[in-house]
Amino acid sequence: MSSTTTGLIFIVSLLVALVAVYRPFGDYMYRVFTSARHWRVERGMYRLVGVDPDGEQSWGVYARSVLAFSAVSVLFLYGFQRLQNHLWLSLGFPSVEPGQAWNTAVSFVTNTNWQSYSGESTMGHLVQMAGLAVQNFVSAAVGIGVAVALVRGFTRSRTDQLGNFWVDLVRICLRILLPVAVVGAVVFIAGGMVQNLSAGQDVHTLAGAAQHITGGPVASQEIIKEFGTNGGGFYNANSAHPFENPTSWTNWLQIFLILAVGFSLPRAFGRVVRDNRQGVAIAVVMAVLAIGSVLTVNALEVAHHGTVPQAVGAATEGTETRFGVPQSATFASATTLTSTGAVDSFHDSYTALGGAVPLANMMLGEVAPGGTGSGLYGILVLAVITVFVAGLMVGRTPEYLGKKISAREVKFASLYFLTTPTLVLVGAAAAMSSASTRASMLNTGPHGLSEVLYAYTSAGNNNGSAFAGLGVNTPWYNTTLGLVMLLGRFLPIVFVLGLAGSLARQNPTPASAGTLGTHQPLFVGMVVGVVLILIALTYLPALALGPLAEGL
Amino acid sequence: MSATTIDAFPAARPPAGPGGPRRVAGGLLDPAQLLRSTPDALRKLNPVMLWRNPVMFIVEVGSVFTTVLAVLHPSVFAWLTTLWLWLTVLFANLAEAVAEGRGKAQAETLRRAKHDAMARRLASWVPGADRAIEEEPVPAAELQLGDIVVVEAGQTIPGDGDVIDGIASVDESAITGESAPVIRESGGDRSAVTGGTRVLSDRIIVKITQKPGESFIDRMIALVEGANRQKTPNEIALNILLAALTIIFLLAVATLQPLAIYSKAQNPAAPNTEALTGNGVTGIVLVSLLVCLIPTTIGALLSAIGIAGMDRLVQRNVLAMSGRAVEAAGDVNTLLLDKTGTITLGNRQASEFLPVDGIPAEQLADAAQLSSLADETPEGRSVVVYAKTAYGLRERQPGELGLATWVAFSAQTRMSGVDISEDGTGTRSVRKGAAAAVMKWVRDNGGRPTDGIGTLVDGISASGGTPLVVAEHLAGRPARALGVIHLKDVVKTGMRERFEEMRRMGIHTVMITGDNPLTAKAIAEEAGVDDFLAEAKPEDKMALITREQEGGKLVAMTGDGTNDAPALAQADVGVAMNTGTSAAKEAGNMVDLDSDPTKLIEIVEIGKQLLITRGALTTFSIANDIAKYFAIIPAVFAAVYPGLDTLNIMRLHSPVSAILSAVVFNALVIVALIPLALRGVRYTPSSAATMLRRNLLVYGIGGIVAPFIGIKLIDLIVQFVPGIS
Repeated sequence: MSSTTTGLIFIVSLLVALVAVYRPFGDYMYRVFTSARHWRVERGMYRLVGVDPDGEQSWGVYARSVLAFSAVSVLFLYGFQRLQNHLWLSLGFPSVEPGQAWNTAVSFVTNTNWQSYSGESTMGHLVQMAGLAVQNFVSAAVGIGVAVALVRGFTRSRTDQLGNFWVDLVRICLRILLPVAVVGAVVFIAGGMVQNLSAGQDVHTLAGAAQHITGGPVASQEIIKEFGTNGGGFYNANSAHPFENPTSWTNWLQIFLILAVGFSLPRAFGRVVRDNRQGVAIAVVMAVLAIGSVLTVNALEVAHHGTVPQAVGAATEGTETRFGVPQSATFASATTLTSTGAVDSFHDSYTALGGAVPLANMMLGEVAPGGTGSGLYGILVLAVITVFVAGLMVGRTPEYLGKKISAREVKFASLYFLTTPTLVLVGAAAAMSSASTRASMLNTGPHGLSEVLYAYTSAGNNNGSAFAGLGVNTPWYNTTLGLVMLLGRFLPIVFVLGLAGSLARQNPTPASAGTLGTHQPLFVGMVVGVVLILIALTYLPALALGPLAEGL
Repeated sequence: MSATTIDAFPAARPPAGPGGPRRVAGGLLDPAQLLRSTPDALRKLNPVMLWRNPVMFIVEVGSVFTTVLAVLHPSVFAWLTTLWLWLTVLFANLAEAVAEGRGKAQAETLRRAKHDAMARRLASWVPGADRAIEEEPVPAAELQLGDIVVVEAGQTIPGDGDVIDGIASVDESAITGESAPVIRESGGDRSAVTGGTRVLSDRIIVKITQKPGESFIDRMIALVEGANRQKTPNEIALNILLAALTIIFLLAVATLQPLAIYSKAQNPAAPNTEALTGNGVTGIVLVSLLVCLIPTTIGALLSAIGIAGMDRLVQRNVLAMSGRAVEAAGDVNTLLLDKTGTITLGNRQASEFLPVDGIPAEQLADAAQLSSLADETPEGRSVVVYAKTAYGLRERQPGELGLATWVAFSAQTRMSGVDISEDGTGTRSVRKGAAAAVMKWVRDNGGRPTDGIGTLVDGISASGGTPLVVAEHLAGRPARALGVIHLKDVVKTGMRERFEEMRRMGIHTVMITGDNPLTAKAIAEEAGVDDFLAEAKPEDKMALITREQEGGKLVAMTGDGTNDAPALAQADVGVAMNTGTSAAKEAGNMVDLDSDPTKLIEIVEIGKQLLITRGALTTFSIANDIAKYFAIIPAVFAAVYPGLDTLNIMRLHSPVSAILSAVVFNALVIVALIPLALRGVRYTPSSAATMLRRNLLVYGIGGIVAPFIGIKLIDLIVQFVPGIS
């Protein structure tokens, strides 16, 4: 079988698997979000933190709960890293530097998992397990919780109640993330992934050289790294490391896990708004963008007209020979279409235009299907913008799911889509302005510019993947990227909750023949168009001087 | 009053093309108007006024900046670009000025008529007081709320008010364009008079019901003047989106500079150009790029679209009290329509003569006509008319017949008729009227009604019609019933099609009538309305509106009587008839000067058209940006990265010609779209999906393609300008 055929089978089988879980997994999540029953263990937790699980919150209180919880998480994680040398299982690693500890704390709490450190030479097992992996769970749950609150905003009327953040957080962790993580970790171990608390062992290779074989709780962290679209690797090489991604099928499974929540959430959304067609429409928007992206990267990597790629059959530089080009390209696409940022190959080594696609994926705002929860709320905000323009064109005040999109809703939606481009462009421009920050660039010319642009795009969109080729463990990058991650995560969350609050207050308008059908193919096409055009218009000048200048 | 409109398509509406779809259209753009509005457009360059429009304000700031740069480093390119940037602002102002000019011209004629008038104020008028009261002359503009004025034949009514004493015929052509005079009298539903109209006969005492400067016309003028215009909710929302887009493009352009400096520094061998030097992108090009990207097209036309929407209403003789109401009209889900006058012609009409007991139809027709000659009610007239049209019976005048005693119709007897003394045969009496009344008359005169009559009467009632029985009594013989006249509501032509359109637009139509449910149902079915409210009292109407609104629906209705006022106020769109009472006019948010209830349907269409025009031009404006990137990005950066010349898919002549062409296109497209903004985009009532598909194709895809062609064409010309090569 040619590599193109296997690549195609790889992609199609992923698609089939995702379609297969869409209904059951989406329905399951719907039941989690809407069930009135609390598990006993959950009740215990609510009692412990003093929360009334049946009391609901207005959007302001929900937002404050998210922010308070995340602030505590950042402080805790920062302290954990700074004190790791005093704790167990530190493997003798020293305390993490303040700048790097801040950057890492923010990075994991914001579901970004940007890593300016190498896992195996910086973090002890305890920090990995009890600090970083915990955030992998809860940061994913925060995203899903916010998305659920937004969806509730669409279905409720004349209320300011959007649900209870603490209940959402606990349920999502206990009922969705943990069960899958437990089963998945075992499957990963079966696939050859490492899972122990060993400090590793030194061995002599056949050639006589000394080598340190690392150990650690890898599988347990790996599963939530993908399933929670976190992406922070146990090892520096991330999913390219054989202990973190041993075989082709674990690679397939990782991609599947990355996409599973994102693609199934629209089903839950459709169930909550009592119109499954709406969920399908959103899922199709995501799928169209995702399939387009996956095929483009594959085409650009496999069929590049450069001399070396022609000679070896594809652009193999920076890819794992265990996976080959198509599998790597698909992984690269999936990881940037979501807020994951795990890598099994090096995007920096991709062809200029091939590397531009992961960059563009993130610039889309990671909505196809996007991070856990953040993908759904991101695409819904874009749908709101689309509805606003399209709705005017059918001669009515625009309505989405019966809710009128008027000044207040447009304000929140506009603030949402302004945030990330502002952070990315201002960050990249600032970094390119000063000679000292440019010194971190390991490449010159447009490629160097792409690396800086990629770093800020990745941070601003909470992706966490790196183009590499940029020395980011400097005070400037640790600080600014940390800030960009923080603002890029929580400003949009506040705006989304504000939007939800304003939608929930409205009395819904019943649909009629004059209402824009937001489940129809025409609307799906329009959302895709709006997403692409909005992003193209925003980022084209910057892209022109980076990957386009290099690749054209 | 325009004689109660018989045609469902009033004259104000442009004639429908044969077989073609109807469309809402506005007036045409007169080129001379562009010239006339230029001084206004120049005045609007004042930044204090332009501040209201953030998009154009930014263009103006950019133009000032490039002017400074052009002075410091003059070149043909710099000056031409600067000129066209200024023209962009000017064209935007021109669009607004033209729209304002048209609306103002119309409103101003109304205002002038009124303000020139002198009022004769009565200091101490009390009901019943005679003419001896002292008068004082007061300019019309100074009249206060509650002042009482007297107006006599030949004088102009000084302000909006109610007639509190007297009756007069009034020429309202100044505001309605309808030359037939109307009657205005104290009490009842025809008491309201409008300032600026002229009394033709008699004398009336009017109580002023407006505050100075707040008459309907004053409010209307405010709506068409850009400076005082309140933005409507959708306009505010759209402005927020446009502001957000502007900020994004400001960012994209501002952050481009460090990247450009870096790129240039990486390729020191690349020559400096007019677009890019070692200091980055030149100021003029940066401003050009920004102006091309921010949504100037819609930003320039947004206010004109709103004003023109108001203006289209004025052209149809509708005064809107707020822009919000016009917008709400586009959103209406439920339309409440009074049966009489809106769906059916004013009154019931004879449509059939049904004889009984083998009596010839002609005989019945003759008796029906005879008995109706003394009946001056519209129903009675219709019997005479029907006898003539269907049976060729000439109308006989009272007096033509010999010794005839006419019995006029009265509400007590519910009958009309005639007693004729003919030679030899004695007196012949014929009667026509309500079934019960005529049957009683037959019995009283020795007759015995047959079953045939009862069956016919019940049949007509069941079908929603009104039966009138005709009977005859010849001296010496028992009276007998001759047959039944079938009176029925006549649905206006074209109504069924209108309601069909409404349904396609997703609007639910409800007919309001005082008739019994049976009659109501029959008419509703015939007219094709979705629903009806029978035996409706004013409070039922109110309850219906509240119920619909609770379900999240927007309701529109028309009304004229004082008892309609609460419902008019409650409805989202309440159109009061100009013939109605002041209370009704105050309560509604629109007044139809033609007093044509069918107008409501047009108002809905104008509201929709307003929103569609905004949406379509926004889409067009954003879609335009793609081509501009393809013109400007390669023009600026191909010198550094020759690969980027691949993006120059229009094969524009040179970097400077490309940038200038984009700027020129951006300015010209505003002028090109002014007529569209004023007229509104084509609107054919249809479903949301059909409308979206069409508009997306024209303004979305068209918006992407048009600038590629436009910029290329302009480039073909611009490249020959000396200094641009």
